Amino acid sequence: MEIRSKEFKERAVFAIHDASLQQALGKARGGFVGKRAQQAAELPEFEALREEAKNRKNAILGHLDHWLERYEAAVTAAGGQVHWARDAAEAREIILGICKRVGARTVTKGKSMVSEEIGLNEALIEHGMEVVETDLGEYIIQLAHEPPSHIIAPAVHKTKDQVSDLFVAAHGGPRKTEVADLVNEARQVLRDKYFRSDVGITGGNYLVAETGSSVIVTNEGNGDLTQTLAKVHIVTSGIERVVPTLDDVTLFLRLLARSATGQETETYTTFSTGPRRAGDPDGPEEYHVVLVDNGRSKMLGGRFREMLRCIRCGACMNHCPVYGSVGGHAYGWVYPGPMGSVLTPLIKGLDNAYDLPNACTLNGRCASVCPVKIPLPDLLRELRHLQHRQELSPAIQRHALTAWRFVATRPKLYRAGEWIAVRLLKALARNGSLRKFPFAEGWTAARDLPAPAGKSFIEQWKSRRGQS
Amino acid sequence: MTQHPGKSPRVGLFATCLMNVFRPGIGFAAAKLLEDAGCSVEVPDAQTCCGQPGYNSGDFDSARALARQVIELFEPFDYVVGPSGSCMATIRHDYPALFEGDPNWSARAQRLAAKSFELMSFLHDELGVTRVDAGTPLKRKATYHDSCSGLRGLGIKGQPRALLASVEGLELVEMQDAEVCCGFGGTFCVKYPEISEKMVDDKVANILASGADTVLGGDLGCLMNIAGRLRRINAPVRVFHTAEVLAGLADEAGIAGRTEGAA
Amino acid sequence: MSTARERILRDLHIALKRGPLAAEQRTALDAERPAHIRPAFDEDLIARFVRKFESRSGTVARVATLAEVPEAVEQYRTAKGLPPRAAIGAALAGLAWPQEWAIHHGAAAIDETLALSRAETGVAETGSLMLCSGPESPTTHNFVPDDHVVVLEAAKVVRHFEDAWVVLRQRPGGIPRATNFVSGPSRTADVEQTIQLGAHGPRRVHVILVGG
Repeated sequence: MEIRSKEFKERAVFAIHDASLQQALGKARGGFVGKRAQQAAELPEFEALREEAKNRKNAILGHLDHWLERYEAAVTAAGGQVHWARDAAEAREIILGICKRVGARTVTKGKSMVSEEIGLNEALIEHGMEVVETDLGEYIIQLAHEPPSHIIAPAVHKTKDQVSDLFVAAHGGPRKTEVADLVNEARQVLRDKYFRSDVGITGGNYLVAETGSSVIVTNEGNGDLTQTLAKVHIVTSGIERVVPTLDDVTLFLRLLARSATGQETETYTTFSTGPRRAGDPDGPEEYHVVLVDNGRSKMLGGRFREMLRCIRCGACMNHCPVYGSVGGHAYGWVYPGPMGSVLTPLIKGLDNAYDLPNACTLNGRCASVCPVKIPLPDLLRELRHLQHRQELSPAIQRHALTAWRFVATRPKLYRAGEWIAVRLLKALARNGSLRKFPFAEGWTAARDLPAPAGKSFIEQWKSRRGQS
Repeated sequence: MTQHPGKSPRVGLFATCLMNVFRPGIGFAAAKLLEDAGCSVEVPDAQTCCGQPGYNSGDFDSARALARQVIELFEPFDYVVGPSGSCMATIRHDYPALFEGDPNWSARAQRLAAKSFELMSFLHDELGVTRVDAGTPLKRKATYHDSCSGLRGLGIKGQPRALLASVEGLELVEMQDAEVCCGFGGTFCVKYPEISEKMVDDKVANILASGADTVLGGDLGCLMNIAGRLRRINAPVRVFHTAEVLAGLADEAGIAGRTEGAA
Repeated sequence: MSTARERILRDLHIALKRGPLAAEQRTALDAERPAHIRPAFDEDLIARFVRKFESRSGTVARVATLAEVPEAVEQYRTAKGLPPRAAIGAALAGLAWPQEWAIHHGAAAIDETLALSRAETGVAETGSLMLCSGPESPTTHNFVPDDHVVVLEAAKVVRHFEDAWVVLRQRPGGIPRATNFVSGPSRTADVEQTIQLGAHGPRRVHVILVGG
């Protein structure tokens, strides 16, 4: 997927003025937040689980190489094949190679953010294959020719009316207006696709070293139909998703659905271990796993290692007031919201996503709900630090910081500047506030600037209490 | 904590840069509350800024330069107290992080962090203050905005509410999403004004829906943002720092409020 | 020329600031099986399973013995107005199914209306069925038909997922190709967050709980 994160500001402003989007975001916000809070409250062990998940994942990452090798051996033992891809291009090549070898014409897909990350759909379509997204949300945005705007609810930005229009355009009339009818229509259309699919591609929430299983979690069952009915099942997954044991999967599963959709568990959790076995009446004839690095090994080595704990639940974006204001498309690439604002610059380059780490108030709500306690605001600040050091931030900002430091480390000069500022601002104020101020248009565009009292606190304190 | 039996604790008041310029009354309110609680309060006049603008802009060197200045200036005090969760979270959490591994400054940063407090948590949690004398009863219906740094950085949630409960005549109502960011975010509000406006509009909508006539909070940046927006849309809601109400100094115009004429 | 695998492993070693682990370290890591926090509850396992499963729109009927299952299914079939045919997992082939039914034990076809499976176990913690694929229990039965009826023996219900792993590890043949945890009917909330049952998988999942 082409990155458009450089247009963040324009896209954000556009989003704020998009009435349909705002309507959709408004509906989503309350639901996710309230349901998650309820689940967290109902499980007394929830906070302890967060801490344990954080520690366990850290321990796993410390031996990531070992667990990947163990996992690979277990997959092979179960009759599957593991492929390693250093970057998006390699991953696409591997998958294209498999699809071409088996003469694939129809490729069905369960929701996979890694497949978005590697730009898989475009590559398959370019080679003449029909690619069908089967998660309802993904299907909707595929019809709309849009990327997902949320990692677990890809069509969260669409209103029911918009879905109705898309379905009429794609399936023909009559236009359905009830959610039940829309869902049913997609069910009928997609059923046929599952049954004639040559290759089914899914993500992998977890890769289990103990058994060689890949795990998917869905509510719809689309991922299961995708991987069971196709002749070939391909799992795409990041290298950081491996865990040693089934018990470890449980630890993360106890947090995933609660954090993501505010469910105790999602409807389907499936462990897939190799291809169809002797005597099996169904299941894929081939089972492949594509392990994608794409920047992850680099993250492991530096100060962003903690980001590799991410279990892709989406709680950070559900609780982010910036995401809630602008939606996912403004972020311009695959991963939106706080986790995306860390991942995008790391995977696609700091200069390609300058705004993402900056368009954040560091309010910390994301970190407070992250099931694996990733200190997202600290990581975003760290990215700002790298941007500052590499002089990627606007020159005016760097000059302003230099000037600020110069003055603020010289208390007498600072007091003198303050003396002028309080008097100037007071003189410009009307009725206690300023409607416009030349150096703060960003502020005064939407709000008044409170007028100072005319003397600073320190000035007044000295005159009242004497020097200290 | 450094304790001086029989002697009132010596508190260095951290005069946050916004308070110092825009709302000196908060500083006097803080001093009154601290003195009422038995502290002796001093205001070192060589103080400027905690360094957070540099830190959050990724300019860690500048942040460290400012932090060293604050450490040197406030080291002699028993406590450092400021009427801002944001600035005090910077001193408490970010200073130790900024100087991690620095043989000269790490220990000093940690020592200062350990004795630095946001005003409400200092009064309530450290000094055990549960009631204040706010003077003449207020007839106000107020709602409290939880500023993010205080709330998530320092655990400030119950303390201001507990203290406000002792103010005669003040009714406290909770707005929806009291814990959601108002859109200030330091330089965020000028770098991304449209997003900030959307966020403060959401905040203002919740304030108005609560039916409160007064908004209270513990961080002037957020309060200026909220008050400035309320004033711009001519909403008749007054905004004060919690300390102003607790010290009985909230009888004047609210933040960004009209200084003359109608409220 | 090094392969992508070698390059990635090398990059991981660089990131971890060490070389490949020694054999003893690997053995020690493999032997580590940390147990994790489990949600505590006092509730009776069966009561909890039923309560949780029903909370997600699943339905449960109870019978005393396996022999009573066909009649319970027949009741369900007629109540739902389903045609007299079913895909029945071979694990249940031995039961006395009604003569007039058209029965098969293979994979579910696209027009399959009703499938019957025998659960390997049920997990009380979340009220989830564990179904194991194999000649006895095709995976398509769990996902293709509109109606899925699952036979669960009460004695097989375990407390936590960790207990299900014990069952799975002790199973002859080990972990199956597909291990499906099913916690209710298929659902989606992808259109305006409105919950709608029967997105892609079964519209109804009915458990027949045997004994207990």
